[in-house]
Amino acid sequence: MATTSAEVLQDTKKRSIWDGGQSPFKASYGKLMMWFFLLSDAFTFSALLISYGLVRYSHMSYSGSVENFTFSQEYWPIPEKVFEAVPFLHGVPLPLVFVGIMTFILIASSVTMVLAVEAGHRMDRKGVEKWLLWTLIGGITFLGCQAWEWSHFIHGTEAGGMLADGTIFTGANLQINQYGPPTFAAFFFFITGFHGTHVLSGVILNFVVFYNAVVGKYEERGHYEMVEKAGLYWHFVDLVWVFVFTFFYLV
Amino acid sequence: MAASNVEEKRHEHTTNTKVIWRTFWILFAITALEFLVAFTLPHDYKVLRIAIFIAMTIVKAFYIVAEFMHLKHEVKTLAWSILIPMIFVVWLIIALLVEGGSVFQVRY
Repeated sequence: MATTSAEVLQDTKKRSIWDGGQSPFKASYGKLMMWFFLLSDAFTFSALLISYGLVRYSHMSYSGSVENFTFSQEYWPIPEKVFEAVPFLHGVPLPLVFVGIMTFILIASSVTMVLAVEAGHRMDRKGVEKWLLWTLIGGITFLGCQAWEWSHFIHGTEAGGMLADGTIFTGANLQINQYGPPTFAAFFFFITGFHGTHVLSGVILNFVVFYNAVVGKYEERGHYEMVEKAGLYWHFVDLVWVFVFTFFYLV
Repeated sequence: MAASNVEEKRHEHTTNTKVIWRTFWILFAITALEFLVAFTLPHDYKVLRIAIFIAMTIVKAFYIVAEFMHLKHEVKTLAWSILIPMIFVVWLIIALLVEGGSVFQVRY
């Protein structure tokens, strides 16, 4: 506090990335801007999920026992009855098992990402490479799972659904939906699709960072802050999935 | 001097990774608990089920943001400038759920 304005000015001239002489919030420009970007992204996802809440709330919900549940356009489906298929186990009803595996994969890849960030703090190049590679594998596996789930959702189950005029159809698209009201399918595509796009861009971002780490760019630069910034984005993708999982699959 | 520095870094490393793995196990346990509730608590207790799910989601979100994203260890003002705008989300939840209820009333 004792510094005079002249001294501050001197100081600013010496080391100024920000005009105040030191970074506000003690965070670098890139990290700070990543936080504010993620804040805006959080608003977008909130808007999507809350709109889902609005549409669901304005539809009839299924009343009756879970065992006797059948798909109908009249009421909103019970999600665990929609998402009960697992690859290679055709015809075996395993509610939410596959989405549980996907959740686990994403949380695990988030852990490997923090371990990469932690290795970066110690300037441990090999550690950064190893953990980033695991994160990449996790992300790609998650995307593969999501592709399978979409494909299954679009093609539908054998029983299918019935339109008002009696024609049978299977699966779902943006016009018709065997599982329930068409908006249910629309929200499924938009919310998980928007999240999947984030995972995809996260994988690309992580790959670029991985490449730079491998060729030694960060070692040359003297710090691994880029891993931290990519990490923030990756954790955010995980965070969003936690909410999608709850509000789309569990509630 | 150099040796003690290395020692210090190694110590820091083990405590850091310990916290990371602890956070992972917490997240894992909460997710497992969510599954347990989803399959054991009957659907008749709808409000209780939803309340439990939302509470657990918020706990998970806290651990991801605080530990993985490191927000707990950042400067307080940074944490608040991220958290306070979330009040708009709370407003949107209230506004749109009320709206959804009204649409339901008109429809049925």
